Amino acid sequence: MNEKPPSLWQKLFGDPVRAFGVVSLIFLASLAIAPAKNFFSEWRHYQHGYLRMIRNRSEANTLQRHFQGGIQQIWLSDLGVVDRCTSCHVGLKEASLTDVATQPFRKHPAIPHQLDQFGCTVCHRGQGAATTVTEAHNSTLAWEQPILPAKYIESSCGQCHRGPLPGTPVLNQGRNLLSRYGCVHCHTVKLPGGGTMKPTDDPPSLEHIADKTTREWVYAWLKDPQAYAVTATMPNFKLSDDDARDMSAFLIANSASLPGDTVTLAAKASSDPAGGASLYGESFCASCHAVQNAAGNVVGGDVGPELTRVGSKVKPEWLQAWLRNPRGYDAETAMPHYRFNDGQVVTLAGFLEAKADSDLLANVHLEPATPAQIAHGKRLVSDYGCASCHEIAGIKKPENFAPELSRIGSKPVTQLIFLPGMPHTLPDYIAGKIKQPRTFSPGLKMPQYTFTTAQIDSLTTALLALNDRAAALPPSLTVPATPPSDYQPAGKAGKLMTDLACFSCHRINGHGGDMAPDLTWEGSSVQREWLVQFFKNPGTLRPALIRRMPRFNLSDGDVNELTDYIMTVYQSPAVDRDAMPLSGYSQGQVELGKQLFYGKYSCQGCHIVDTKADKGYIGPTLTHVGSRMTAAWVYQWMKNPQALRPGAGEPNRAMSDEDARALTAFLMSQKGGAKEAAKK
Amino acid sequence: MTRYSPSVLWLMIAALATSCSHRTESAPTLKPTAFGTAIVESSGGKQLAQTGALLPQPLVVQVNDEQGNAVTGALVEFAAASGVTFDPANALTDSSGQVTTNVSLGGMAGRYQLMAFTFDKSHKKVELKVEEIALGYQQTLGQHLADQYCQRCHNPESSVERVSNYDNLDVKPHPFTEGDTYNAISDADLTAAISHGGPALGKSALMPAWGNTLSKADVQALIAYIRAVSDPPARNAGPVYAKN
Repeated sequence: MNEKPPSLWQKLFGDPVRAFGVVSLIFLASLAIAPAKNFFSEWRHYQHGYLRMIRNRSEANTLQRHFQGGIQQIWLSDLGVVDRCTSCHVGLKEASLTDVATQPFRKHPAIPHQLDQFGCTVCHRGQGAATTVTEAHNSTLAWEQPILPAKYIESSCGQCHRGPLPGTPVLNQGRNLLSRYGCVHCHTVKLPGGGTMKPTDDPPSLEHIADKTTREWVYAWLKDPQAYAVTATMPNFKLSDDDARDMSAFLIANSASLPGDTVTLAAKASSDPAGGASLYGESFCASCHAVQNAAGNVVGGDVGPELTRVGSKVKPEWLQAWLRNPRGYDAETAMPHYRFNDGQVVTLAGFLEAKADSDLLANVHLEPATPAQIAHGKRLVSDYGCASCHEIAGIKKPENFAPELSRIGSKPVTQLIFLPGMPHTLPDYIAGKIKQPRTFSPGLKMPQYTFTTAQIDSLTTALLALNDRAAALPPSLTVPATPPSDYQPAGKAGKLMTDLACFSCHRINGHGGDMAPDLTWEGSSVQREWLVQFFKNPGTLRPALIRRMPRFNLSDGDVNELTDYIMTVYQSPAVDRDAMPLSGYSQGQVELGKQLFYGKYSCQGCHIVDTKADKGYIGPTLTHVGSRMTAAWVYQWMKNPQALRPGAGEPNRAMSDEDARALTAFLMSQKGGAKEAAKK
Repeated sequence: MTRYSPSVLWLMIAALATSCSHRTESAPTLKPTAFGTAIVESSGGKQLAQTGALLPQPLVVQVNDEQGNAVTGALVEFAAASGVTFDPANALTDSSGQVTTNVSLGGMAGRYQLMAFTFDKSHKKVELKVEEIALGYQQTLGQHLADQYCQRCHNPESSVERVSNYDNLDVKPHPFTEGDTYNAISDADLTAAISHGGPALGKSALMPAWGNTLSKADVQALIAYIRAVSDPPARNAGPVYAKN
């Protein structure tokens, strides 16, 4: 018989005493697991490391006193925050640790909020309750919130701050792009504060497009909008030649002609390139329209479309009608009605038509469209959602054409389909989608945009701010945006101001552009006579500005209408226009004001009073300010410029009444200007 | 109770290991076709960007030989502190001897030291150090305020959108990059000059008082910005993040 050696089981549990001993040992060992895990925990390791680091510093005692061992926690019930990050990030509040480069011991950089009030994960995301590095920072165990990469951090500001902030340029830009590039035409974005995000682009109506341009141009544009204008915000739908052919066929066939859209051209075309260029310059077209120069740089404003190749696009008979009065073709256009005379219209049209690119349409040869092609084109126009942005006769604007993005910043990663090789995080998904939407699936309709990397990052930042936390935030914590103003001036003057598109550049009562001065209190600020002269011949107030008020060839009646309205309606309650006289100040006062101007306040650094001696280039020229502004406005401006015009660049000098009065006397003695200039 | 056979267990571990390792996989290594002896910066150093953001301009470096001629086909690699990314992280020099890379800075505000290196014929490492500046929240706010209120006078450079007033001033302001000047001024004195104007430090009244226009936090943000951009760096500018 072979002797079977005792098995392990028999060795350990062979007899009851031994079994009891072994079980006791196992029991004791298992009891030690929890304390051992605690003892060797990561946070304890980091706290030891911190204590070792501060030991040799000069302020060791202070730091030692501030240090609290054990797991630390910030608990904010109204925000749903349980953050234990400070267990390892021990020195976040230590002002003296700015020279420490190693994490997790660095001081938190200065921000406007207290750590104890907002915790960490409200801004940084991550798992606040976790106590190990990986679980806190990365998305392990299918947790949803990895740490937010630094480049998107401003999205967290946007959860509470619904309007732009000076310290969050990326977020502000992203929000602007969502509106400016028309993303919100197709994607609904319900704002956490109520309402929806509104587009700020102005896609043209296509109902009369055949009056304006040719089918060939429409085809080329549909194929590649940026080939026509590098700054075009219209995305590329990557259409096949046949699809572009059929869509252009439909759009042209669907267009209804309006009699006022075109004019009969003069038999003999006149050519005056020099005159056209100077009229283009004098009319400050470049304030709104850009042109790409020979070096490839795009120079000019972005209120209106780029005009580099406009001659290859528009029909001459349409262009002349447009220049004569753009509101005939598009009642909502941002372009002013310049009131050009016939000669000017022909000259300017000729100048613009010469901005052509023969290559653009060289390879576009379209046969006359068949009814089948037109029908197919209509289906495509409908399928691609063209009517989300453009008005097209016979096609309704589609509802909910694209997925709603109101909570995109909280979309669970498990619901996302990633491209191979793409990091599995929400920001990477959003950025990837914006960068190349069609790569995610061949059938997707979202077109290809031409965003730069920085633009994609800012768009992603803005979208990440649209999340569950933003939607569920207690109202006490939200900082609402300034509600958009739909101010419209009334009556005949109001009609004139719409016709002249004043609001494309000027802001009044919160409505309008920011290219030119805010006119909300203009009636308190300027003298009537000056305003009349300014309308007739807008001079330059700020020498360094390239964008200036154009001349609109207004009739005397129109000028009076506008001036009366501005002088009566746009009055500040803080300024009594008639409280101070326009002239008659004592020589002593004027002299004192002059001394203050050049001495104590050194205004000549920014302003010019004496054209021979002063060189200041920042503020408006004050050579004739006594004939331009009211004394009461000047006085109040001296006292507090930002109270009259928020954001004004002139510093508030907290002037005494005496100083302000003397400076007002000196400035009001600077007479002359518009009237004299007009007489010459 | 089911028991896994060891082979299945090993298979699972192996599968797990391969699935985890795909991220650490490095790009296929480039083979240099030429070697230089020096590496110099062409453009892209000393730029400002927000933390984590792409630098406005790419970093361009050039590899030269002993005679100072550009070398085509030399391998250039980039390295920096963790958090900094290069696209691409290595490349061969083009026909003009240059490599262009897009750089995103790390998540901490401060100075970042970027390294570009190449190897000469004897495999000796030749390296170039370039510094870039990442702006945190406070410095970004300071930059915004500086652009709005200060740079028209303090920056001698004109742009299309901003014509400089520097040349028009009888007493020239100090550009914010002028480290030698600003590093000698304490935070308290800088605060006084910004809040109460030049005369507070016995300087020109052309520098107006901003204390009624800017908040205390605004002034601190401006100082943080000035400290961040001054060259040479301020004493208390903090550490330089470099590859360790």
